[in-house]
Amino acid sequence: MVDPIHQFQINKLVTIAKIGAHEIALTNSAIYMIVAVTVICAFLIGSTRSRALVPGRLEAVSEMLYEFVADMIRGATGPEGMQFFPLVFALFSFILVANTMGLLPYGFTVTSNIVITVSLALLVFLTVTVAGFWKHGLHFLRIFVPSGIPMYILPMVVVMEVFSFFVRPVSHSVRLFANMLAGHITLKVFAGFIIMLSAAGVLGIFGAILPLALTIALTALELLVAVLQAYVFAILTCIYLNDAFHPGH
Amino acid sequence: MDPIAAKYIGAGIACIGMGGAGVGVGTIFGHYLAAAVRNPSAADGQFPRLIFGFAVTEALAIFSLLIALLLLYAV
Repeated sequence: MVDPIHQFQINKLVTIAKIGAHEIALTNSAIYMIVAVTVICAFLIGSTRSRALVPGRLEAVSEMLYEFVADMIRGATGPEGMQFFPLVFALFSFILVANTMGLLPYGFTVTSNIVITVSLALLVFLTVTVAGFWKHGLHFLRIFVPSGIPMYILPMVVVMEVFSFFVRPVSHSVRLFANMLAGHITLKVFAGFIIMLSAAGVLGIFGAILPLALTIALTALELLVAVLQAYVFAILTCIYLNDAFHPGH
Repeated sequence: MDPIAAKYIGAGIACIGMGGAGVGVGTIFGHYLAAAVRNPSAADGQFPRLIFGFAVTEALAIFSLLIALLLLYAV
């Protein structure tokens, strides 16, 4: 019986270098990340190379992708947020491709490892903090002091705001990680039911139709979750960037 | 009590918090749907706010999940 956690195991493929006790190796996770980046770059470069006045099908898809992310930034951050367009677009497309690649059979889900999502979330958190201090100096600290709050509850609100600011990378990363992890475990558990039932004889094979149908339905749901979580990660990045541009709400 | 048993019971209790966040997420989507049916033309403009409210509410569920995961694997 295959256990449902096995799919998240990181395997060393090639050891590149050794620094002290630490090993720098090419893992299956790294391979999938390289493939994801290659797929995105090849698609975007290949589809926009002709730069036709009337775009073809593939070019239209990449233009729609661009417009989708651009509208998201303009809506949540404002037009000045467009200088962070490359960051948001890279995050969105990377998470989208990594999530959907994990749904392929025998695929490895890069975003179901917390080390990856924490790195992405810390990147966003540090970008927001640095950009906020860069643009507004110490006025950036106004994000902790919302306007229009009566003096007597202000200290409590400031404590809450500071806490919620520093807890952002935690919720930002664990949301993506937990959604991908839980979905894939559920999928593999139901797939395991098919094997267990069909091993029980002719009646079991007919009984296995039910978990098979559920697995297909869950795969469709997982596709929705994969796209939705990429969108959620990107829009939260935009909302956090909004604080860097407009502190003090 | 056996400390390992207590650990697993604690992880289970921590997951109860996710139920409350589930009620919250349901309320958010339910009210969005009710508002969208009343005024469909305004629905698309509020979609980012819907996702933001959903994300903030879900963060609370994530904290209790985090406690459960920490109890299971880190403690």
